[in-house]
Amino acid sequence: MILQQLSDARGVSGHENDIRKVIYALAKPLADECRVDALGNLICLKRGSDASDGRKVMLAAHMDEIGLMVVGFNGDGTLQFEKVGGIDDRVLLAKRVLLGDKQVPGVIGFPPIHLIPRGQRSQAPDYEKMAIDIGANSAEEAKKRVDLGDYVSFDTHFEQLTSDGLRMAKGKAFDDRAGCAVLLSLLEGDYPFDLYAVFTTQEEVGLRGARVAAYSVAPDLAIVLEGTICDDLPNKRDESPVTRVGNGPAITFMDRSFIADKGLFETLVRTAKELGIPFQLKQAIAGGTDAGAIHLSREGVPAVTVAVPARSIHAPVGMISMQDLEYTVQLVQAALQRL
Amino acid sequence: MDTRAHLAALSTATGISGYEQAVRNLLRTVWEPLVDEIRSDPLGNLIALKRGTQTDEPRRAIMLAAHSDEIGLMVTGTKEGFVRFTTVGGIDLRTIVGQEVVVHGRRDLPGIIATRPPHVLSTKERSQAIPIKDLYVDVGLPAKEIKDWVRVGDLISMRVPFTELSGSFVAGKAFDDRTGIAALSVCLDTLQGLAHTWDVYCVATSQEEVGLRGALVSAYGLAPDIAIAVDVTFGAQQGVSERESVKMDGGPAIGLGQNVHPAVLAGLKKVAASYELKNQIEVIPGASGTDGWAIQVARDGVPTGLVSIPLRYMHTVVETVSICDVERTGRLLAWYAADLKDDVCCEMYALGDDQS
Amino acid sequence: MKTLIKSLVEAWGPSGYEGHVRTTLSGYLAGQVDEIRTDSMGNLIALKKGDGSGKRVMIASHMDEIGIAVTHVDAKGFLRFGPVGGVMPLTLVGNRVRFANGTIGVIGREDWLVERSLPTWKQVFVDVGATCAKDAPVGIGDMGAFDRAFCDLGKRLVSKAMDDRIACAIAAQAALTMDPGPNDVYFVFTVQEEVGTRGAMVSAFGIAPDVAVSVDVTPVGDTPEATPTSVVLGKGPAVKVKDSGMLAHPGVKDWMVRTAENTGIPYQLEVLVAGTTDAYSIQTSRAGVPAGCLSIPCRYVHTPSEMVDYQDVTLSVDLLSALLSNPITM
Repeated sequence: MILQQLSDARGVSGHENDIRKVIYALAKPLADECRVDALGNLICLKRGSDASDGRKVMLAAHMDEIGLMVVGFNGDGTLQFEKVGGIDDRVLLAKRVLLGDKQVPGVIGFPPIHLIPRGQRSQAPDYEKMAIDIGANSAEEAKKRVDLGDYVSFDTHFEQLTSDGLRMAKGKAFDDRAGCAVLLSLLEGDYPFDLYAVFTTQEEVGLRGARVAAYSVAPDLAIVLEGTICDDLPNKRDESPVTRVGNGPAITFMDRSFIADKGLFETLVRTAKELGIPFQLKQAIAGGTDAGAIHLSREGVPAVTVAVPARSIHAPVGMISMQDLEYTVQLVQAALQRL
Repeated sequence: MDTRAHLAALSTATGISGYEQAVRNLLRTVWEPLVDEIRSDPLGNLIALKRGTQTDEPRRAIMLAAHSDEIGLMVTGTKEGFVRFTTVGGIDLRTIVGQEVVVHGRRDLPGIIATRPPHVLSTKERSQAIPIKDLYVDVGLPAKEIKDWVRVGDLISMRVPFTELSGSFVAGKAFDDRTGIAALSVCLDTLQGLAHTWDVYCVATSQEEVGLRGALVSAYGLAPDIAIAVDVTFGAQQGVSERESVKMDGGPAIGLGQNVHPAVLAGLKKVAASYELKNQIEVIPGASGTDGWAIQVARDGVPTGLVSIPLRYMHTVVETVSICDVERTGRLLAWYAADLKDDVCCEMYALGDDQS
Repeated sequence: MKTLIKSLVEAWGPSGYEGHVRTTLSGYLAGQVDEIRTDSMGNLIALKKGDGSGKRVMIASHMDEIGIAVTHVDAKGFLRFGPVGGVMPLTLVGNRVRFANGTIGVIGREDWLVERSLPTWKQVFVDVGATCAKDAPVGIGDMGAFDRAFCDLGKRLVSKAMDDRIACAIAAQAALTMDPGPNDVYFVFTVQEEVGTRGAMVSAFGIAPDVAVSVDVTPVGDTPEATPTSVVLGKGPAVKVKDSGMLAHPGVKDWMVRTAENTGIPYQLEVLVAGTTDAYSIQTSRAGVPAGCLSIPCRYVHTPSEMVDYQDVTLSVDLLSALLSNPITM
């Protein structure tokens, strides 16, 4: 199943080769032309069915995921690492990871509870004091198996947990492999205009791929497909969960990186209401997406972001509803016909 | 090329972000005999072109960028004859206390950053850094005269001579990034004796310290096929961990990370190995804090590399490098540029292939 | 000029929703400029053509004001929100906001009777007088702006959104008073400055000017125990040398200073430690644009009661007019 392939594939920001290969294999039969640019973006063009429609529509989903990088070797054979993208240090403890293109297995350990004074057990750990253990006994031995700069991803496997209702699945990198899955489904459709399906790189470190892709594509408008923050765990306070699993695609009116184009936003909302597709509004001005970079390209590009709610985002494993994902595809597909 | 003398001249020249003219002028005289064209752009970048032997259109070009600006201070007002200031670029205020400076007012006014006598200070006061509101420059002028000579917006530069330490080590201000500029000079000098197909642009960028501004616009203007940013990086020193630094006198540190295109990294490593040039790899997650970060996203993207000179005590007036690292960096750049062939770009954009 | 100022500052227009301001300005400039258009982001661009011998100049002042955006409607009809632009928590409690549909709300904070510390964004809410979520006349995504009337104190003017409607008024007025001269002048009334100088970025790309000057308010150091800055009310417009986002092009700065001195307009020099303007985005557009900024001294910036000196305002019009009517040498 496509989301499984995408979620399991590896591609930490800056080294998206593996996920690009997977996506390329799936996109190639659906597109007229594909190319890779200087930042590693995969840009797929599907020409429109109406030659008189001169519009260029850019749909973007980012291929990269958060992860780690090896930055040094400790004398005892463990590895020092840096974070790539926004990761809460607290989720790193006692996790299993895979290092480098050879996928060397490793673990991020932690001192045993027995040896930690009670008073310190509520302190948040600091990632700079953590290390990855690949089972080597010296720096020399470690250097034989792992290189400085190797990219590290979480060793998490996709699994469908429930087969009815919301059809929940667990896996890593739903931000933004969910968006990539949506985009691949959208590529199957036919459109009057030229469709640029852009699988971007380095979103997690500054919307970098999208910025240059938008410049070269120079679209008339853009829709960004994401896996977004979902903070719907039990809360005593009556406050925003940002999004809720099961409430359908989340449409962004504003985040830290952009204010959505009113026309596109309203088209999406109207389409959802008219067709009875469940949807929600992203209830926060938080985070940023590729739309932040795209909308400021050249003389400006009207843009909006639509996202699948993803619980436990930016952590080794998250949860998503396949029903939400399918509604996202339905909504954007229908909206594209109403542009 | 006498790299030491060249670096000394560059280091003592004044070129605070936004006001790099003196450095540009100095560089022009040095670069003019080594290149085919030289000009500056609206934001103060100095752009020099040494043409390659290629005849096909469009011409392939590599951009080598080092920034000409240095951090410094700017006058915000005067009070009772003393000069108040703010910083231009990232300065740790603790490192300038008791420093000699020059206030560039209606004329250049030598001065010092004043300190209060320790005898009258409490232990508590001495245990904290002096906040900027309590820092003043003393140029020795009386209150009623100072406004004739000093205005809001005047620049204040650090006044410090170039120092020869032992061996290959030298110290001075603005080695960030005048050592990078010196490396570009060494590169141009080395290219005089090398055949190269590609056009080589050496750009002394402006305003890096305040937001990589010169690099962004010069990369847009040149639209190079490949670019390498030449800057400094943290050299091993007291108070800085091993994981955060590279070896001094260990050769240029070739960057690896999101800012660096894998094919450019591979090319630099290959050239260094084939010339048996001392070098090291520096892993840089995320923003590199150099011109490379801006250049990489100019227009439709530029395959970018990063080469850094190991440097101690960054952003102080006693920045320290090994002159050998400066020369190694210059040679690496020249050899890499000369090694570029016409089909490099096609290799970079191949679909589905692993590019590392 | 006070009528124009009042109509501009009282218009409703948080970032992304500058329509009313745009309408007012278009109306004021209609027939007075050679071309007027709106780009895809909403920037209003008014061109006064020159005779072709001069430079292509962009003058940027922003139409948007800071505000809030609703992120949640709770069960009892209270609204939770986030900031649009640099809203300071200190200016929230007890203030009123107006939404696009005219709804007025009061900003409150949790545990008001006991808790007197500076509120966090999680601790504030808007009360529109609803008693349950269904009753609330505004919802998620709706934006509000601070609701405060313009006040003429004679020498000084007070209002919300002096930042940056006073500059829009100055630019619009200069468009009328300037002599037709050598330069093609694009008066750009930008959008979304408060959320990251975004409108300026795309409009500068489209116009590709030879030189640009942003016009914006700047904080002053002349109130009790203020952090000393050299700029004060009543001593004329300020020529900006540096702010946290940009260093003015020395040639542009010198041109502005020279023009002020030659025309006898009092001016001040400004170095701003925290804060920037549209010039920040314009300067790094394409292959670079020599840029500077004309600053209007202003007290209480980013509060609902920003104060400017009326003479500073009229002198700013004079200076801007003089700058644009003559050949530009840098």
